[in-house]
Amino acid sequence: MSGTYLGMPAFPAAARAAVRNPTLRGNLRHATHTIRAKRARAVAEVEDWAELREAGKRIKDHTLRHLDTYLERLEESVTAAGGVVHWAADAEEANRIVTSLVRATGETEVVKVKSMATQEIGLNEALEAAGVRAYETDLAELIVQLGDDRPSHILVPAIHRNRGEIRDLFRAEMAAWGRPAPEDLTDGPAELAEAARLHLREKFLRAKVGISGANFMVAETGTLVVVESEGNGRMCLTLPETLISVVGIEKVVPAWRDLEVFLQTLPRSSTAERMNPYTSMWTGTTDGDGPSTFHLVLLDNGRTDTLADEVGRQALRCIRCSACLNVCPVYERAGGHAYGSVYPGPIGAILSPQLRGTGSEIDASLPYASSLCGACYEVCPVAIDIPEVLVHLRERVVQGGPVTRAGNKVVLRPAKGHAAERAAMRAARWAFGRPGALRTGQRLASRTRRFHPRTLPGPGRAWSETRELPPVPPEPFRDWWQRTHGGEAGGK
Amino acid sequence: MSSRERILGRVRRALADVPGDDTPYEEAVVRDYLREHGGRTVDETVDLLAGNLADYRALVHRCAAGELPSLIAGLLSARGARTVLVPPGLDQGWLAAAAAERVPDRPEADPHELDRVDSVVTACAVAIAETGTIVLDGGPGQGRRRITLVPDHHICVVRVPDQVVSSVPQALSRLDPARPSTWISGPSATSDIELDRVEGVHGPRTMEVVLVSGR
Repeated sequence: MSGTYLGMPAFPAAARAAVRNPTLRGNLRHATHTIRAKRARAVAEVEDWAELREAGKRIKDHTLRHLDTYLERLEESVTAAGGVVHWAADAEEANRIVTSLVRATGETEVVKVKSMATQEIGLNEALEAAGVRAYETDLAELIVQLGDDRPSHILVPAIHRNRGEIRDLFRAEMAAWGRPAPEDLTDGPAELAEAARLHLREKFLRAKVGISGANFMVAETGTLVVVESEGNGRMCLTLPETLISVVGIEKVVPAWRDLEVFLQTLPRSSTAERMNPYTSMWTGTTDGDGPSTFHLVLLDNGRTDTLADEVGRQALRCIRCSACLNVCPVYERAGGHAYGSVYPGPIGAILSPQLRGTGSEIDASLPYASSLCGACYEVCPVAIDIPEVLVHLRERVVQGGPVTRAGNKVVLRPAKGHAAERAAMRAARWAFGRPGALRTGQRLASRTRRFHPRTLPGPGRAWSETRELPPVPPEPFRDWWQRTHGGEAGGK
Repeated sequence: MSSRERILGRVRRALADVPGDDTPYEEAVVRDYLREHGGRTVDETVDLLAGNLADYRALVHRCAAGELPSLIAGLLSARGARTVLVPPGLDQGWLAAAAAERVPDRPEADPHELDRVDSVVTACAVAIAETGTIVLDGGPGQGRRRITLVPDHHICVVRVPDQVVSSVPQALSRLDPARPSTWISGPSATSDIELDRVEGVHGPRTMEVVLVSGR
């Protein structure tokens, strides 16, 4: 796969290209509007939505505040149930662990459940380099894999493709990966799904190793939970002899009972269903049923750095429902690829720069990939205040400051390219602290308003290209107040 | 230093701002959400289950205990099933009238064998009315997780009203976390192509649920 995010242009450049692609915009508009309306209906059905949302938020917050305790408890429970727990500090270590586990089985192919964590660490590429072929078995992931493409949505990774594009892809590429698509394949969704069913069933039935992520891990019992629709998850979780699950450390919840909250909020927020078609829960291994060997790889990869940020850590509450993507006006127009990460949309805009740091151009630009309209916060089932974190990260990008990277405290330097913004803020601070100077400046601006340019010069040009400059009033507010209310004591 | 110690050390340093006497778990989470949504009689709960199962395109049948063997036999023959998988512990009477050849669920069976079986009949652990969900936990009459997955036709028998609960919280409190469980809400489905729902990409394309009342 060429699915690498290295060398991605910063968000504004990627978004500019994406919004000029009418097919992409059409596909995205159709998809996001469909799911948005459905979700609103599914949520309205549950009268205690606000209470469930608050409970979900508190469970996650509490877990994060005691993450060490719950991770140790989880390890103990999983081990007691017959699983083996591994710890991976970063992507490279996780890939190394998984690769060696696969190698130890002697197998050269694995079947995979759609998983954000394995996308994040680039596991397929690492396995490929080690001579192991990883088959994605979720229909959308299959479409992405066959197209040598990248996912563009958390829940429906191939949201950017329409049925005609999918048919062409199946016809052209399926044969190279296994059972070819039927000659007369049309673009009917049922027929496309049938072609995928036959193509993938072949792989499931012979697979000896399955790789998954997990939506939840229960510390109290050692239970892992995978929520899905198609059944490919169940196939990968139960047919192979060896199961390897790669899961971010933030996916732990304290108790079995906590699932009652998330199993209500997650399906309704993500696919807008009362319940997703299939949920699998397993605790270690079970004699005679499912894999006989189970490995759990606990992944850090920037999560502890995110945890160290008191404002930003709330991003770790995310249950990957993707509701925020579907309501975001920026995502709807720019598409998922513009975010340069497996986590697109509003959650990606706060998660990626925290997991990876703001060192690269794309990560430094992500906190700006938003209109701050707040729709993402409204729909979030664990109440992540995404706008708050966006503003916090913007401040960090512009001003720099102390952050944690790879477990070490470092002081970030202010980003380049924000000199004008910093100068403007410094000037504003100076002026607001000196009423006399402010008054003089405002009067001067009003008197010269006829001569003001319609676009800004210099670094402000890009800003004013797409915006109207606010008109300067003919008279400063303070003067107007003085003139109209000046004689009255206390005003109105 | 091992990665385990490294990660746990990073977590502890990251949480330096959290006071040692932080609110304990029991108090940190306010559970003022509902145990079930709306008030219903037992019959209404069963009706809701039937309605929600049908809404997700499961085929729902209702019968009295005495009619179950003939109903199952009818469903299998209507489907043209020549073979039917039988999990251990399944009530022998359920298939008494069925003409299809019985295939026992064996742990050593190859997945390809399962793929050649036409239908599977199972019991369940609990059913959730509000969401239209059937939960299997490997108990008697339910078999291994894979037998309700690989064959294309699944008939699941739910004893009403005693196996039916209203809500997700009620279902969880009835289940044992140590057992592997599978929650099924309608047949396998995908919405990956232009968000159009299509049944049966990987799992059984036909899901029939029999709500059986009485002993």
